[in-house]
Amino acid sequence: MGFLQRLKDGLKKTKEGFVDKVTNIFTGRTNIDDELFEELEEVLIQADVGVKTTFTLIDKLKDDVEKEEITEPEELMQYFQKELKSLLQNDEGGFNFDKDLNIIMVVGVNGAGKTTTIAKIAGRYKDQDKKVMLAAGDTFRAGAIEQLQIWGDRLGVNVIAQQEGSDAAAVAYDAVQSARAKGVDLLIVDTAGRLHTQTNLMEELKKVKRVIDREAAEIKAGVEVLLVLDATTGQNAISQAKLFNDAVNVDGIALTKLDGTAKGGIVIAVKNELQIPIKLIGVGEAAEDLQNFDPDEFIKALFSSEE
Amino acid sequence: MIFSSLAEKLQDTFDKLRGKGKLTEKDVKAALKEVKMALLEADVNYKVVKDFISKIEERAVGKEVMESLTPGQHVIKIVNEEMQELMGGSKEDIAISSEPPTIIMMVGLQGSGKTTSAGKLARKLSKDGKNPLLVAADVYRPAAIRQLQVLGERLELPVFSMGEDSNPVDIAKGSINYAASHNCDTIILDTAGRLHIDQEMMEELENIKGTVEPDEILLVVDAMTGQDAVNVAKNFDQRLDIDGIVLTKMDGDARGGAALSIKAITGKPIKFAGTGEKLADLETFHPDRMSSRILGMGDVLSLIEKAEKSIDQEKAKALEEKLRKNEFTLEDFMEQMEQVRNMGPMDEILGMIPGMGGAKQLKNMQVDDKQLDYIEAIISSMTPEERRDPEVINGSRRKRIAQGSGTSIQEVNRLLKQFRQIKKMMKQLNSGKMKKGGGLNLPFFN
Repeated sequence: MGFLQRLKDGLKKTKEGFVDKVTNIFTGRTNIDDELFEELEEVLIQADVGVKTTFTLIDKLKDDVEKEEITEPEELMQYFQKELKSLLQNDEGGFNFDKDLNIIMVVGVNGAGKTTTIAKIAGRYKDQDKKVMLAAGDTFRAGAIEQLQIWGDRLGVNVIAQQEGSDAAAVAYDAVQSARAKGVDLLIVDTAGRLHTQTNLMEELKKVKRVIDREAAEIKAGVEVLLVLDATTGQNAISQAKLFNDAVNVDGIALTKLDGTAKGGIVIAVKNELQIPIKLIGVGEAAEDLQNFDPDEFIKALFSSEE
Repeated sequence: MIFSSLAEKLQDTFDKLRGKGKLTEKDVKAALKEVKMALLEADVNYKVVKDFISKIEERAVGKEVMESLTPGQHVIKIVNEEMQELMGGSKEDIAISSEPPTIIMMVGLQGSGKTTSAGKLARKLSKDGKNPLLVAADVYRPAAIRQLQVLGERLELPVFSMGEDSNPVDIAKGSINYAASHNCDTIILDTAGRLHIDQEMMEELENIKGTVEPDEILLVVDAMTGQDAVNVAKNFDQRLDIDGIVLTKMDGDARGGAALSIKAITGKPIKFAGTGEKLADLETFHPDRMSSRILGMGDVLSLIEKAEKSIDQEKAKALEEKLRKNEFTLEDFMEQMEQVRNMGPMDEILGMIPGMGGAKQLKNMQVDDKQLDYIEAIISSMTPEERRDPEVINGSRRKRIAQGSGTSIQEVNRLLKQFRQIKKMMKQLNSGKMKKGGGLNLPFFN
């Protein structure tokens, strides 16, 4: 199955809910009127694009109508796609591993899908014959360490772990040392899910990051922080992204659970308000369902008609 | 601030209109637009918001608001009333079967917090004198069974599992016999997370339901859920006819508009709210408190009510008189503090103030009832003369007061300094700028 096909299949639900409605708004009428914008507002907000970003988009379109003297709704749709694209531009998607050892630290709120995402990333690079190692840094949630170890067994990947309740920074330290000794290409560090408003837990996360940064600097390893966001999340995703970014400097976002009916429009809001790039999207249960985010393909898949 | 308070925005809207005399329909509509935005920002579903606003509009453009002296507050009041009606009035308990065991089935999306909620619910029921059995029917997620077992160990409650290779329907069935032979009167089934559009998985839930006939099916929903909450709740409800909702991760800063959407769409009550990491952090859901949270305006109404109930109007008047004559003493200070304390713990009171919502932020502020205890102890350690005229308090008296109250001289000094500042402030107010009448009820806490 080709990339585009898989993406399209994965996004089918998203597409059915969102794109057809968008297309209908522009093709189902002869005039550009208030009703058109109101319908667009409804569709965007229901896709979790958010109040602020929705109105930014609509205001831009209204400007376009005036400046470019657009009269045809279908012509306006081109502008709409263009505006969306410009909001998502510069997102490369995926990772750029250019060091001997590359470290990804995975963060997010409880239940976002961190562990599953880690397993999928590990599987992907294992398949590319990279030496991958996992660090069980979620020492808080019951069963979290076992969950990662089961994934490690399934994938045939080393998992560095200590006991439940141990210091997550110590696990990270051990893992970096071990990764260096064993000539690992990619080390993925799991962390405990935490609400971004839990100040002391965010402090703990900073500590883990400091330890990784310090050890990585010594051996010139690359470090990336990946924030995992659940596509069903609403406006709170902005607050999550902001506070995690303030704490540990997020390099990219993995948007999970796009295979439901959730539209995932929140990534547009996050991009618009915080300029954090989207790197990966999860469109299904299988390992290959975690894909590099590509804005062009993303929008193309969103707007292309059903074959 | 990420969230700006609706109350403030409404106040701004109406402030602009001040001096215009009467409000027009257009003015009210402008205010309602703010309400609409607040609801959408809180993730209430678009369609639900639309219906809701048109309902409020009917009431708000009526005479009662237009002629009101405080239209802003009046609109808020209407919004609050309508919202509470929508959210359902009183809290609801879970159904207890007349014949044990009572079977409770937890369902929901992946990551919504089912397993943790199952543990919390078990703890709560056990505290209520029940004998709950946790059942690990999630055979799909790696280590889900282990997670429940660990929770069971921590709670010292039994966990029933048949391993990962069994059918969830068989596990559910098997748990009934196990419960009977182990004297458990309540069964809590932890099922696997699934997408609501996953036909196969939804069928599995239907099969479990058909086989064990649960008394209560609880849908676990993350408070951070966006517009999709409606689809999720609708699907689960259509397939399983759920009995109620558990709203999780309420300790974050999500406004939780999903709660309103779900209630509006399914009509099913929200029964519990998960409010923290600890197993004790499960609360019975209070619809009235939720509406204020969604609006991001704090529990102004409760605060006003509490103040009215706790503050003796006669005493307040006498105090005002004293303030005006600048005869205010530390004795009055203490008395007034008592009145404020009658309203409840400080953090609770502060939590009701708009813009201060979210208990987590308050924790950082360290608002501590102990501080008030210290102040009380210091004043109690003074002689009546000292309380009436703090100027007589010299070095040795300070030392005595500090020792008597178990505090330090610095703390005594700080209180005296504060008191002097307050008196000075009163003097300035009295010398002209003071407004006639009220507004001086609580000078220490503004």
